[in-house]
Amino acid sequence: MTAAVREAPKTAGPPPGRSRGSFRIGTTALVYAALVAILVVGAVLVAADGKNLFSTGNIVDMLTRSSLLGFIAIGQTLVILCRSLDLSVGYVMASCSLIAAMVMNGSEANVPLGIGAALGAAAVVGLVNGLVITKLKVNAFIATLGTGLILKGWLDTEFAGPAGKVTASFQQFGYTRVSVVPLSTVVMLVLAVAGVLYLRKTRGGHHIYAVGGDTDVARLSGIRTDRTIVTAHILCAVAAGVAGLLIAARFGTGSALVYDYGLDLESIAAVVLGGTYLMGGRGGIAGTVAGVMILAVLDTVFNILEVNPFYKDVLRGAIIVVAVAIYARRQLSARPSRVRFAGGAS
Amino acid sequence: MSSARKLADAGRFLISGSGAVYLVLIAIFAIIFANNASFFEPANLMLFVKKAAPLLILAVGQYFVIVAGEFDLSVGSLVGAQVVLAALLIDGQESRTWPVILLMLLGGAAVGLVNGLITTLLKVPSIITTLGMMLVLFGAIRLLTGGAPTGALSEGFRVFGRRGIDDVPLIGQLPWALLIIVAVGAAAVLLMRSSFGRTLVAVGDNEKAAGFAGTRVWWVRTAAFVLSGLSATVAGILVGGFAGVTSQVGDGMEFVAITAVVLGGVVLGGGRGAVLAAIAGALTVESLFTLFTQLSVPSTIRPTAQGLIIIVAVAYASRERSRRHTPHPSPKPPEPNRHSDVALSKE
Amino acid sequence: MRASRLALVGLAAVTLLLSACSTDTPTETPPGDQPTQTADGEWFVRADYDRQLAQRAMTPEGPADKPYLQAIQPEWIDTAKFKKDGGDATVCFSNASISNPWRVTGWITMQQQVEVLKQSGDIGEFRVSDAGDDDNKQISDIQAFVEAGDCDSIIISPSTTATLTPAVQAACDSGVPVVVFDRGVQTDCAVTYIHPIGGYAFGADAAEFLVKNLEPGKKVLALRILPGVDVLENRWAAAQEVFKGSGIEVLGNEFTGGDGAKIKDIVSQYLQRGDVDGIWMDAGDGAVAALEAFEDAGKPYPVFSGEDELTFMRKWKDTGIKAIAPVYSNFQWRTPILAATMILKGEKVPSEWVLPQSPITDAELDDYLARNADMPSLHYAKFGGEDLPGFPDAWKDR
Repeated sequence: MTAAVREAPKTAGPPPGRSRGSFRIGTTALVYAALVAILVVGAVLVAADGKNLFSTGNIVDMLTRSSLLGFIAIGQTLVILCRSLDLSVGYVMASCSLIAAMVMNGSEANVPLGIGAALGAAAVVGLVNGLVITKLKVNAFIATLGTGLILKGWLDTEFAGPAGKVTASFQQFGYTRVSVVPLSTVVMLVLAVAGVLYLRKTRGGHHIYAVGGDTDVARLSGIRTDRTIVTAHILCAVAAGVAGLLIAARFGTGSALVYDYGLDLESIAAVVLGGTYLMGGRGGIAGTVAGVMILAVLDTVFNILEVNPFYKDVLRGAIIVVAVAIYARRQLSARPSRVRFAGGAS
Repeated sequence: MSSARKLADAGRFLISGSGAVYLVLIAIFAIIFANNASFFEPANLMLFVKKAAPLLILAVGQYFVIVAGEFDLSVGSLVGAQVVLAALLIDGQESRTWPVILLMLLGGAAVGLVNGLITTLLKVPSIITTLGMMLVLFGAIRLLTGGAPTGALSEGFRVFGRRGIDDVPLIGQLPWALLIIVAVGAAAVLLMRSSFGRTLVAVGDNEKAAGFAGTRVWWVRTAAFVLSGLSATVAGILVGGFAGVTSQVGDGMEFVAITAVVLGGVVLGGGRGAVLAAIAGALTVESLFTLFTQLSVPSTIRPTAQGLIIIVAVAYASRERSRRHTPHPSPKPPEPNRHSDVALSKE
Repeated sequence: MRASRLALVGLAAVTLLLSACSTDTPTETPPGDQPTQTADGEWFVRADYDRQLAQRAMTPEGPADKPYLQAIQPEWIDTAKFKKDGGDATVCFSNASISNPWRVTGWITMQQQVEVLKQSGDIGEFRVSDAGDDDNKQISDIQAFVEAGDCDSIIISPSTTATLTPAVQAACDSGVPVVVFDRGVQTDCAVTYIHPIGGYAFGADAAEFLVKNLEPGKKVLALRILPGVDVLENRWAAAQEVFKGSGIEVLGNEFTGGDGAKIKDIVSQYLQRGDVDGIWMDAGDGAVAALEAFEDAGKPYPVFSGEDELTFMRKWKDTGIKAIAPVYSNFQWRTPILAATMILKGEKVPSEWVLPQSPITDAELDDYLARNADMPSLHYAKFGGEDLPGFPDAWKDR
């Protein structure tokens, strides 16, 4: 029998097995260790430049940078855990920023409606993604690339520029701070905690791990695998919708061009950097948050040191690969089975 | 076999999942023909070939990687890097053309080798390896050139993408690009029929089984990445020849290439699909872009149409595949342990 | 277990820090207040269009040999309150990106200008952050400068107009003199906003040339880079205005992303279906590929409007086509640095600093090619850095 079956008991069965728990803490701890290491190295480099990485401004900067990617990466974690992925998140984010800003249109009374409309629209896109993947049997890579393109056409045709206007109170979401912690980061962390609880404590969360671990086994043990995948995609799109709300709050208006920020691939990188297994079934949101923080810290450090923007790309690419290689080594020794990304997650 | 029977077979193949790509291709060409018959004049067709050639070559490379169960996201960056580097090194001097082409091929193979070794030996998922490589190449080439391409390609370099053999009866000019596609396509088909090809598919289908059968899985996969790097190099030579150097060259080509391969019925995750179908997928994508221009579809709405067509075509193909479960075109017994149900089509 | 620990930490953090609540929101939130996109079309404001077209004919104030210090219709304002003695200023620059050759060229010029002012002791430190075309990052970048508190002046090249407005407002509110250049924002809180005449003038220069050199009934193809980018949309809006009623037939407008292969393919396809007599481009990227499509199809060259980018200008010279190179003055990258030091010395600056912007015509082609003979292909002829000490090596060896 192949590795998949050997793994199955570890990954597939609710209630959460001990082995999965220990694996997760192990890898997550490693990710946080990497975060601390990068913080230390970054602080030393910044200090050598005569500056302080942990000044109020820099901490605010790091946390602010982490929120936007954080929302998207949290959602991306859910779909990757069930062996899918979502390349449409950037377009969902752009659409939601526009929907929210246009529905609000500067009126305080419309704020809840704007938020609701944006997140509702996101949920619909997630539902479509999920249904195309499960019912039409289209590979997630192609399905979400396709819905992304569909949205892109709509955005390019309908919005030649920014549209709509959020209210002053709604802008607080993008600018308020609690001491050094921006409100958006607090919301991101609350969402992360909710996600962790969902994955750990609810049946739906266990199903996500089970489906990602082995769909056949999950189905045989009575899980409605399709429903699990659709749910994960809806949650992922809604999380991208929240990122869209943050964009609207930060910009004061909705913007179509934000789809070009490359957050689709960057969120996948953050998730994997956070120790989640690209083939599904292993990992979690706590690691993802650390993965996002690692990228944000790198960004801030590069910024303070004024690293040439092209050199930044080189370093970021190299660091992502090296970090994932280190986790892979570890996982390899702990569990000599398929670590490779074999299409399933595609 | 009677010709009627053959025709019926051909028809059945076309409406089958694996034939879907050919059906779409024929439909697109029919619409183009109805709209503008002059597109099928030899000179215009040959121009289409020159335009389409780079993607076709990229699709071949991407096919090797995908059928072995991996991804190569670095090809777009690699094409860009190769063209910009070629312009920098050649700097308009004819005498440097061939040495630089040789260097490019070595460079492409080296990038593929690094992708392959990191993926197989360091066990980094290929989507991450090649994403990292994409960032590294993108940044490195701009660091090297200070952000904007410098230098110039020589005419000798540009011949392959831009010129052809002139004064050929009937068609006028036979583009070098067409000859290169035919050569690469034929080589790819032969390779897939060789024992290496069978091993490649076997590794993509079930690496454990392939490993037990004595295959050096890591080496086969690495070879697939090297082939992808080489094909990106050839694509770079063609696209640089076709249109010269711009700073955007290669942008986004990786997604188009992967889309093309999947449209050709090749299954992401490996183990299924034919290289010719992948090439047909690339041809479909290129003809779709041409169709949009021919019909004067507003530029901004094109992505929507493209997205819908891709989803519908792939959904149709996988519906057929799951219904019949015919192991076409690479015969394989169903694998109970494959992890593919979520994304793939096997039930 | 881990989850509940996380929840606890999160809750604790929230409750502990709730008292220390503060906000970075700009005091005013003007985006959308101004009627920026009214009038005839989403990107066409007639008053702006008329003003820009008129400004083309005006003689700017300022030294004749230093276009980067000239200003059209300046309204000089007093900056005494920003005067800072002793030089050695810390100038902070939030750059949208250096993601295209035009910005790269300008960026080199800017750095060379900074070198000069460092030598002279006016600038002590020049701090830069590059947002990589990401508005959200640029907002963070600007916030980081404000937060750091030691910038004597903040220069901002916004990546888009409306979205950066709140961040620019916040920078102004910090009391530091702010200089905005290239794209504007929807607030006039900056001490000075530096820009060439503008997108309408660019688009009109190009379109008027085509109208003048083509008989009514001739066909023009418009090649554009991207939708939704304000400066580019203005160029196209102006062109449509000029073409309207000129008898010129616009065959289509296609987005190319500036990709040579796409441009060549699209132009070739138009040529298959009939003649193309003129090409209008909203930026010169890939102009050579468009011309090659005519060569490969064996068709006569069109009347062409490109940009002052050297690949195009050299091809123009080689082929002898009838062409014009509209200019979006690249030398504007020098001005913000000079403006910042002027402000810190308490010298007057124009509140809106409109730099001259004139296209390169056939008559000037040889002159500009000779002046830029050593420059690489994707360099911009009117970069305006010839008198800087780093010339020519800084631009030549990128």
